[in-house]
Amino acid sequence: MRGITKRFGQVVANDSISLKLFRGEILALLGENGSGKTTLMNMLSGIYQPDEGEIFKDGAPIYIHSPREAYDYGIGMIHQHYKLIEVFTAAQNIILGLNDGKMDIRAAEKKVKEICDRYGFDIDPSRKVYDMSVSQKQTIEIVKMLYRGADILILDEPTAVLTPQETRKLFTVLKNMKNDGKAIVIITHKLHEVMEVSDKVAVLRKGQYIGTVNTSETDPQALTDMMVGHAVTLNIDRPLYPEPKKKLIVENLTCVDEEGIKKLDGVSFFANTGEILGVAGISGSGQKELLEAMTGLYPVKEGSIRFINGDGNEVELVGMSPKKIRATGVGMAFVPEDRLGMGLVGSMGMSGNMMLRSWKNGKGALLKKKEPEELATRVWKELEVVTPDVNYPVRRLSGGNVQKVLVGREIAIGPEVLLTAYAVRGLDINTSYTIYNLLTEQKMKGVAVIYVGEDLDVLIELCDRILVLCDGKLSGVVDGRSASKEEIGLMMTHIGNKEAADE
Amino acid sequence: MNTLITLITAGITFGTVLMYGTLGEILTEKSGNLNLGVEGIMYMGGAFGLAGAFYYEKAVGAAAIGPVAIILAILAAFVAGCAASAIYSFLTITLRTNQNVTGLALSIFGTGVGQFVGELMRVKEGGYVALSNSLKNAFSASVFPGFFVKIPIVGPILFSHTIFFYLAIILAIAMWFYLSKTRSGMYLTAVGESPATSDAAGINITRYKYLATIIGGGISAIGGMVYIVTTAGCVWNHEGLSGVGWLAVALVIFCVWRPLNAIWGSVIFGAMMIMYLRVAIPFIPTQLYKILPYVVTVIVLIITSMRNSRDKQPPASLGLNYFREER
Repeated sequence: MRGITKRFGQVVANDSISLKLFRGEILALLGENGSGKTTLMNMLSGIYQPDEGEIFKDGAPIYIHSPREAYDYGIGMIHQHYKLIEVFTAAQNIILGLNDGKMDIRAAEKKVKEICDRYGFDIDPSRKVYDMSVSQKQTIEIVKMLYRGADILILDEPTAVLTPQETRKLFTVLKNMKNDGKAIVIITHKLHEVMEVSDKVAVLRKGQYIGTVNTSETDPQALTDMMVGHAVTLNIDRPLYPEPKKKLIVENLTCVDEEGIKKLDGVSFFANTGEILGVAGISGSGQKELLEAMTGLYPVKEGSIRFINGDGNEVELVGMSPKKIRATGVGMAFVPEDRLGMGLVGSMGMSGNMMLRSWKNGKGALLKKKEPEELATRVWKELEVVTPDVNYPVRRLSGGNVQKVLVGREIAIGPEVLLTAYAVRGLDINTSYTIYNLLTEQKMKGVAVIYVGEDLDVLIELCDRILVLCDGKLSGVVDGRSASKEEIGLMMTHIGNKEAADE
Repeated sequence: MNTLITLITAGITFGTVLMYGTLGEILTEKSGNLNLGVEGIMYMGGAFGLAGAFYYEKAVGAAAIGPVAIILAILAAFVAGCAASAIYSFLTITLRTNQNVTGLALSIFGTGVGQFVGELMRVKEGGYVALSNSLKNAFSASVFPGFFVKIPIVGPILFSHTIFFYLAIILAIAMWFYLSKTRSGMYLTAVGESPATSDAAGINITRYKYLATIIGGGISAIGGMVYIVTTAGCVWNHEGLSGVGWLAVALVIFCVWRPLNAIWGSVIFGAMMIMYLRVAIPFIPTQLYKILPYVVTVIVLIITSMRNSRDKQPPASLGLNYFREER
């Protein structure tokens, strides 16, 4: 690939990136979230077309307009979300969409078996997909590509859903394929996997191509530096709250998802009044589960979450329903990451959405619109929400304004603990600052703010302390004033397993 | 014993009507389209099917022969059903309207059109539309020689039926073969399960959805025609058909979307519908009998969802429209 550029509107997702891939080699594509890894690979697999630049294969320029053409060039991409028909068998899924004369499921099963034996896959071609584990589904996707004769395989974060054992198995298979002369690209942000499986590492940062190094000649520290880059100063106001007190204590919190994978593993920390506690981590490290467990939305397997109320008494929150958590006098405001999905009703206006939080206070069957309308008007004026009036459907507002409505509503309850997830995702700089200031304002009122974020620069400038999660485990708590970006970056990828600094 | 045999035979007669309706709807739903317009489609099939045979006889007079009348009736009903479900397909697949609302509208529309055509024929022909006795016989006679029918027990159960029953069984087997043994049938199932996956695999979703829905509608419509020319005695009868389409929709669930199940399922439902005439228990009102099929459907629904068998679930995308951009 030479000089590939891709823009989405004004955002440059890939800025003239050149990349070389050889047969019989595994290339790891490394970068933080949003650094353009997936976008780059989507152009190789025909989902996007590059705005500039050319793609060469075996010396000849090729133009890939659709996933189908990518197959024809022998390029197969395995996405994070598998595209499989659950009620079909593995073999049926593999031959879906292929037109090679008469359908012969026996012959297909035989061919699938051959491919499996050759590379060490372990699936039964006549088994139905709904009976299979996530890793087996992934295997089907890989075999599907091989069945179509792919010699370039791209895997988008293949290990994100796998257990360590499954990951090891996958790596063995990948190495077998490499020895068979296939070219493999693996997109990841897990450093130890890069070190383990790859031959070369290409690093992207914020759409820029940083460089390619041989895995054998580098170490995690050097890669982190390439990945994270140097700190940027943002100048976010960070006043100190006079007397912080413990507000929330989380001990040994463990959550398990439906498939039995540990999403949170023995996480312990505390949050103080008058501070913003940042939560850093690569996406999917358990941030969502942490917040949802604290609000009673996610089942907790072990551990306790205790809230200290005004009299100094501890209240156990685990096992309570979200409604009860509120009824005990615990003020938790939850700003979910999926703003319109979990936070607001898109087709209702501002005042209607305000009412969603307070409808239980009303008496009688008829709606009392006056109070929510006043509240909506206040939020509208104070936060400068751009909307024609308070009854205008929030769905039609821009992302920043939607976020203001949501944050405004949560703040209006006068919470003692304010939980936010990706509060500035998709917002422009100015709106982001408005949100930062709002959070800081709350902090100075003595609220314990928990801020889950993805931009390390912001976390370092905004938060008093930063909690770093890696793979559902707590890799440490650092002071936001003294921590460096590299330090947090390393903790995110679980090297330099530093103990919590202030415990 | 005799009561049982007559009950089964009558069940098969009425069940044949249901079988067409059900098979058509299975094909439609396999593509992910929940066409609730079967009721209207079957009405139209009844009216147009009768019209086909009636005007054929009127045109050629005494020269009319049975097989031609049967073919024309089937064709007329099939085309009417195709036309009705083509409207549905265009609205839901191309214009992406809500499938439930569109289906209900089609039910009302089709019922109206069927009534209108039937009544129009009746009024124009002087208040009475009926075929000659020779054609009636052609429609209702058994395809087997009398010798077979006279075999005790087995004869009336297996050999005493009209050609439509045997055609329906052939159709059910053909559909089973298509859905489970052919590539095209596998693709259709894939479309109904996950349009996004099929789209990514390069299958033409729109084509499969249109064809399955339109042909399915045509097959359902034949059921309406069969009712008019067999049970209703080749006379336009605007009441007998009401509810049959809904029963077919319920039967699709009862059969867990499998054409072969439709064979015995239809006969059971047919027998349940007809039971109040054959094995009447004096103090039970007939209306209670008539709800039996629905009660059984509810029970089947509960059992299949309780057992949580993944093979016995509706097509995963049933009732949902596909937007490629919304991936």
